[in-house]
Amino acid sequence: MKVCLKLSILGNICLGVLLSLAVSAAEPSSSVTLPKPPKAKQNFSDTQKCVAPIEDIRRNHGDYLKHHRNETMHKGIRTTQYSLVACINCHVTADSKGNYPNINEGSKHFCKSCHNYAAVSIDCFECHATKPETP
Amino acid sequence: MNEETSPSNDRRDFLKTTAVVAGLTVAPGMLLYGISEAKPDEKAVSSKIRWGMLIDTSKCADGCDACVNACVNEHGLTEETTPETKAQWIRKVGLRDKQTGTVHSLPMLCQHCEFPPCTDVCPTGASFKRADGIVLVDRHICIGCRYCMMACPYKARSFIHETLENQKPHSPRGKGTVESCNFCVYRVDKGKQPACVEACNQDGHQAMLFGDINDPNSEISKKLKQVNSSVLRPDMRLNPGVRYQGL
Repeated sequence: MKVCLKLSILGNICLGVLLSLAVSAAEPSSSVTLPKPPKAKQNFSDTQKCVAPIEDIRRNHGDYLKHHRNETMHKGIRTTQYSLVACINCHVTADSKGNYPNINEGSKHFCKSCHNYAAVSIDCFECHATKPETP
Repeated sequence: MNEETSPSNDRRDFLKTTAVVAGLTVAPGMLLYGISEAKPDEKAVSSKIRWGMLIDTSKCADGCDACVNACVNEHGLTEETTPETKAQWIRKVGLRDKQTGTVHSLPMLCQHCEFPPCTDVCPTGASFKRADGIVLVDRHICIGCRYCMMACPYKARSFIHETLENQKPHSPRGKGTVESCNFCVYRVDKGKQPACVEACNQDGHQAMLFGDINDPNSEISKKLKQVNSSVLRPDMRLNPGVRYQGL
């Protein structure tokens, strides 16, 4: 009986720990917030939000961009579907004062918001423009 | 019925202005020829075309640097740096014949050689010649070794020493890579002229003619047939795409 009681107490403790873990997984601590990338300027088409289905572009945009950069650089193919400039034109938006987010500060820049969260550094913006060209 | 047979005033005015505009574009000379039509975006460049430039040194005004300024604006070559390491895609060069004292002023840029020494020495394949003859640096794979700068007999290339910001969307540039004139390749692919040529024409000098030297009907080919032109350092047999008239 004593043993049973002890076991049940132990079980309760374990369950408690598991529950608290589950809660912490569902609600991340304040130090790591989920990325909130800014909204794009427009939808790609009536039926599709981005240039590829969202789950596809989220996973594969790196490959698409890399493939397209070689096509453009070496063959002069200048379609806009997977062009970095077109991504930036649609996804990087100015705030109410007309200022664009800085890629090197904070995580308000569209690309930086997720890449900060995933801890994946990007080299694109060592050379490429981080904001649309202002006329 | 009457309305239909006699053109309305609006229509007449429209025709007049169109004629005037067409006349203007013909008069400065360079706008109608050179590039026949834009390549479709999805089509790869082909070796049937070879882009080239003919520079008339007699029309290139001494002290004028419209082409250089146009290049600086177009590609954003405005970073603060030392004069020794300043990026120069095009520069004005003065030549004086010691015997006769004749003076020439001419723009120097990447000569877009048929056999470019920069691509020969590049260890990564970053320096390459596109099918249509434009010599480029793929800065995605450039490691900044600068062999190409040493190999180029025209000193056409620059190395970027500083971290850059606010680059132009159409002209990415960055620290640790080599760059040079690209004939404004994104403009050429859209059927437009390089920025320097446009600026030279706008200033009324018309010293630079850009076009397809493989097309016998292009303006540049016709002019190359008529006039005496020469390349710089012909002894190296690089067959540059940039030729000079009146040297």
